[in-house]
Amino acid sequence: MLMTRVMPCLLVENGRLVKTINFKNPAYVGDPVNAIKIYNEKEVDELILLDIRATVEGREPPFELLAGVADECFMPLTYGGGIGKLDDIRKIFNLGIEKVAINSFASRDPDFISRAAEIYGNQSIVVSIDVRKTLFGKYAVFTRSGRKATRYNPVEYAVGMEQMGAGEILLNSIDRDGTWKGYDIPLIRKVTNSVNIPVIACGGAGSIQDFREAVKQGGASAVAAGSMVVYSGKGLGVLINFPKQTDLREILQETT
Amino acid sequence: MTYREIVIVNYGMGNLGSIQNMFRHIGVESVISDSVSDIENADKLVLSGVGAFDSGMKNISDLGFIPVLNSKVLSDKTPVLGICLGMQLFAESSEEGNLSGLGWINADAVRFNFNDDSDRLKIPHMGWNLVNLQRNSILFNGLSDESRFYFVHSYHLICREKEDVICTTNYGYNFPSAVEKENIHGVQFHPEKSHKFGMKLLKNFAELT
Repeated sequence: MLMTRVMPCLLVENGRLVKTINFKNPAYVGDPVNAIKIYNEKEVDELILLDIRATVEGREPPFELLAGVADECFMPLTYGGGIGKLDDIRKIFNLGIEKVAINSFASRDPDFISRAAEIYGNQSIVVSIDVRKTLFGKYAVFTRSGRKATRYNPVEYAVGMEQMGAGEILLNSIDRDGTWKGYDIPLIRKVTNSVNIPVIACGGAGSIQDFREAVKQGGASAVAAGSMVVYSGKGLGVLINFPKQTDLREILQETT
Repeated sequence: MTYREIVIVNYGMGNLGSIQNMFRHIGVESVISDSVSDIENADKLVLSGVGAFDSGMKNISDLGFIPVLNSKVLSDKTPVLGICLGMQLFAESSEEGNLSGLGWINADAVRFNFNDDSDRLKIPHMGWNLVNLQRNSILFNGLSDESRFYFVHSYHLICREKEDVICTTNYGYNFPSAVEKENIHGVQFHPEKSHKFGMKLLKNFAELT
């Protein structure tokens, strides 16, 4: 059977690796290519890399950085940030990156997802959904790195994106980002109950026990972690790290 | 150890750079080429790709590769490694399309077809999975049932000759995840994205004599 995918979710801005808390206050944590070399050695099974400034600054994806990343990345990689044209996707795939994550441009033009999926196949198109609880306690989809509120609720939005041809949903909780408090399980549950495509839970992971909860209780197909894999602990220094495969398999109750 | 010339055949079906990058990482030179003469002069061939079966066959045919590939692989016995769609093209046909495959392996490609019990399984089969070795193969030297590989596919081979199957993988049921017939090798997974396990497999291929 398939193994549950556990993946670092790395953030870059201006070519630097950073980590945010609630999508704010990006702190410098190193060089992305160096980090990827370390993750190769740690047998990381998949990576997500997001440029959190590209869309906000109206820039294209950082192709030069991505070329360097792709050269060193011997595992599947999803890239997101600033992807607004089919030609951006073509260029990214030509570099050797297998999946793209689309966020702001999916909300602006959902048909972009169907055009992209038609050309490149559903399996290569990930729709990234950033969710925050509003003052009234309802979940709402935000775009532009969490800056812009939309009128969508995440469940309807995810269902719509599946219909458009998204092959996967990257579901990120802005409220949990960088907090080490665990995933927003009710949010994950709502979305996984409503779509048939894999959902990657993101935002809040603080321990491998949290991975288990996202999978067993949330129904997530895969889990992503940010702070956990770039810091040695909550409030501690930078350390590019990744849990041992044997520990992951054990907690996720899979045989090796 | 010196390696002979490996040509990664570019037939316009997806990125080949990551395969070349992994060969480079393990100290093996390779070239990506869409030239018939490069294929003719190759000591080893890699046929990789993602996408639809008919698009792959049409491209190979339009580029004029079919005669040279057949002569290299079937007459000269040049080692060839098919990856993902590349391997499926070795089959005689695919449910995904109407064109004939290269027909090098006595197999057909079919779509995953689950019974009701496993209806929660998603297509494509995407992610890391294990292999169950069915027989010895130089390609899997140093690799075992503990080795895991990265898969992304909606179709898989069904082999009519059991001895062609090196290993199977379970996704709802067991399907052939690597095949081998003399100089013809194929893997359904992506070694170039399967870090240390993929490196070992590509090194084994590079070291084939």
